[in-house]
Order: sequence, then structure tokens, then C-alpha cells
Amino acid sequence: MLEFTAPLFLALQQTTGLNFSPFFDEYDLGRLMTGVQTSLLLILCVLAVSLVVGLLGAAAQRSRFWVLRFLVATYIAVFRNTPPVVQLLFFYFGLGAFTPQVDMGGWYEPMISSFGWAVIALGIFGGSYNVEIFRAGIEAVPKATSEATEALAFSPMQTFVHVTMPLALRFSLPALASNLISLAKTTSIAYVIAVPEMTYALSGVWNDRLNVGEMMTLLFVYYIAVVAIISVIMGQLEKRLSVPGLGK
Amino acid sequence: MKTMMAMITTVAIAAGSSFAPTSLRAQENNAETLSAVMERGVLRIGVLGAFKPWAFRAQDGTLQGIEVDLAKRVAESLGVEAELVEVTSANRIQFLEQKRIDLIIGGMYDTASRREVVGIIEPGYWASGPSLMAREGAIESWDDVAGKPICAKQGVIYNQLIETDFGARLMAFAGNAEGKEALRSGKCVAWFYDDSSIAADLATGDWEGFEMPVDALFVNPWAAAVPIAEKDGAFGKILSGLIYGWHEDGTLIGLQEEYDLQSTAWLANMHDSFAYDRTFLAD
Repeated sequence: MLEFTAPLFLALQQTTGLNFSPFFDEYDLGRLMTGVQTSLLLILCVLAVSLVVGLLGAAAQRSRFWVLRFLVATYIAVFRNTPPVVQLLFFYFGLGAFTPQVDMGGWYEPMISSFGWAVIALGIFGGSYNVEIFRAGIEAVPKATSEATEALAFSPMQTFVHVTMPLALRFSLPALASNLISLAKTTSIAYVIAVPEMTYALSGVWNDRLNVGEMMTLLFVYYIAVVAIISVIMGQLEKRLSVPGLGK
Repeated sequence: MKTMMAMITTVAIAAGSSFAPTSLRAQENNAETLSAVMERGVLRIGVLGAFKPWAFRAQDGTLQGIEVDLAKRVAESLGVEAELVEVTSANRIQFLEQKRIDLIIGGMYDTASRREVVGIIEPGYWASGPSLMAREGAIESWDDVAGKPICAKQGVIYNQLIETDFGARLMAFAGNAEGKEALRSGKCVAWFYDDSSIAADLATGDWEGFEMPVDALFVNPWAAAVPIAEKDGAFGKILSGLIYGWHEDGTLIGLQEEYDLQSTAWLANMHDSFAYDRTFLAD
């Protein structure tokens, strides 16, 4: 890749002084590529965990056992009311101090890496919002549908899985899309626990090359691109799943 | 006659350089900061916040330390008040460029790339180099870090060396405290940072069972910095003179002793080489 971009970006630097070092310096390119890969993988894992947590939480909220409902309510209160940076640091330095160490052949490393903690912490953080989003979706499903399934002799579980949830998901999609986008952007704070995602990678570059403006622009463009991709996917999903007449 | 010749030469060089396009901007406003400071009556100095014993918050909440002391000396010499602004190694240059501070005395290495963006003041006032802190026996030489996770601080100029030259896996944290906490709780094998700072940490007694097992990779001076346009203006020259004096009169060596730091060859050499021979006054 460098042989194509290097002449162009070196010329850009000579003529305008703009220093996009990752496009002509091998070490910086390596940092950028690690950053892109880690960031995309982190976003994917965090969104997946948050969706699973959200669905499980929304189901648990409807449980007959008050203890379970109480636990979900506490979880939402705690994770929606504390900043994600604080949660990250708490998980990594607080809980991280109690996780077992693994022998790597002469030295020790923690069982859960900083990437692992970022997925857990941000997944649970995003999940707390998703629970509420799914709950709102479930509540938007008209009572008449569950009366109809009852008449058809569906069990409560069957009703939830085959009728309520599929409809609730469709009601949830717009709010879900904005939460997932916000969560994808929040992954940038994983740099505080040294996860080598984009913000970490590019701040490393700008600290060494002092090309702060250029690298911040690159970072800005990267997040716009990622958010645009998520928006398109969610928009497509909404179109695909639309049921004529539902919610009108 | 000799001085006359020297003066003429100086004026000639100054006149010549003022025609060089690169120094045009510098010539235009190379006293801007100094006059702003004098007018304001306040000198805003960027110092680090958690950088014991150079700049740190004391029990009473005030900033203390060697660099804070030096910052106050600069303000005192100018006859203005000192306003200490807490900066980090990642934002200090931006703060100076945005004119939020007038001067950096913030544990900053003098490097070629920094000389392109800020006015680095010669001579440096301190010097140090990258070393490692690790659990006793964990590391014996620099080659031992290959493939292992090494904690560091974001924004430190030599961070990439440990990856490129020794093949370690770098984990850079936003602050010193987080990086060292990560070492203590076993998230990495060593803490990669300045030997001066590691020595200061080990001296506190909080790091029982840890050691500095390797020599510094190199020794790099720390420099104060002013806006680049003022490096050769009055402000830059005043600072150069002050720092020269601190070396010559033993102020810096005195501070090293006052803060219980191990004496370094670099400071001793600077003291010796700047010593002005005053024996001619004897008779």
C-alpha cells in the first residue's frame, strides 16, 4: 500500500506542510492498521454483547420472580447513571486486580486483557440502554395481539418468542440504531485502558510527529465513516423488517 | 576595538538574517509574549501535575516540586506573578501554541521534531533517559522485554523504541499513576519511563519488591520552551540566561539534593563546564 500512497503524501507534505505520516511511514501505517482492526473488532464485539445483554435484560424484566426484576432495575440504574470512562477504569483496575494471572512461559499476564475488559464494560454499559429500548418496544405491542395468541392456545413463552418479540424489535429499531451509533463512538474511550484502537493509535502518532491537526482530521473522518456504515445497515434492516401497517 | 568589531559583526549578522524569509515572522512579533506578560503582570507557566518530585500536588493542594520552583524563579526574575497551569505531556505544546500558557517547564525532552514547533531554550535544565521498573528478578536486560507487555505513558517521545528496537508490546496509559498501577496489578511486566522518575518512585518506599534492572537507553536533556517566534527574542534570551545561571551557581544541583534525588553525572558536568573562571578577581 505504501508504494502507492507514499509519493502522493510526501509531495503533499512538501508542498503544503500537511503531515499524514501513516501514509508514508511504515511504523505509523502499522499503528494505523492495528488501530483500525482493533477499533472495528471492538465495535463489533461491544455491539453484540450490548444486544445480548439488552434482550436478556428485557426478558428478565417480565419475569414472575421479583428478585430478577429487582436485579435488572438495579443494573440499569447503576450503569445508566455512571460515566462509561469511570466504568472502564473500575472494571480494568478495580475488578481486574482480582482476576487470575496466566503463566505465559516465564512471565504472567492477566486472564482478561484490556480489550476483553473494554468489551465487557462497554457491552454492559450499552446493554443497560438496550434493555430500556427493548422494554419500550415490548410495551408498544398492542395488548390485542397477546389476547389473540391466548385464544390460539399459545403459551406465554411462545407468545413472547413468536409474536411479542418480533413485533417489539421492529418498534425498537429507530431508538436502537441511535444507541448503537452512540455506543460505537463511545468505544474511543477504551484508550484510557490502553486498548490500541483508533484514538489510541492516532494519538500515539500525533505525539511522535506533532501532526495533531492532520491526525485529528483522520480520526474524525474515520468515525464519520463507521457511523455512516452502521446507519446504512440499521436503515436497511428497518426496511427489510417493515411490516405493512405496523405502527401506523 | 575587539568589542567594537564583535558588535559590528553581531549587527551585520542580525541585519542579514532579517532578510531571510524564514525569520521574517519571527522578527515581526518576537517580543509579543514578553510584553503581554509584563502588561498582565502574570507569567503563565505550564507544569505537569503528577510528576513527583518535579511538579505535584502537595498535601495542602498547592503545586510543588523542582519545576514549580524553577517556574517561580522565572516569574520572580521578571518581577511578575507566577500562574501555574497544569498541563500533560500530550497537551503542553498545544497549550503553548494556543497562547494559553507563556512558557513550558514540564519535563519535556529536547528533540529535533519539537524544535520545529516550539522555541526550545538552550541549555537544558535537567536530563534523563528511558529505563524500566519491574518486579525484582523479572527483567535482567533490555532483551528480556521481547514479546512481553510493557506499560508506558501516552505521549512519551521514546515509547516506540521499545517496540521497534526490542520487540515489546507497548501498553500506553493516559497517566503515570494508571501505568504504574497496571504494573503493580500484574497487567504488564515492566513500566517503561524515565530513570529519574523511576528512581524517585523507588526512593519513596512504596515500591517494595520492585527495582530498576537496566541502565537508561540514552540521556536526553529536558528543555524549557517558549513560542517558537520568541526563541531568539528577548523572552528566549532571558530564559537562556536564567538557566545558564542555575547551572553555574549550583541552583539545580541544590534542588536535586533538596528533593533527595540521586546525583547525576549530567548536572555535575553542566555545572563544571559552565563554571566561570573568576580567579582573575583575586588580585
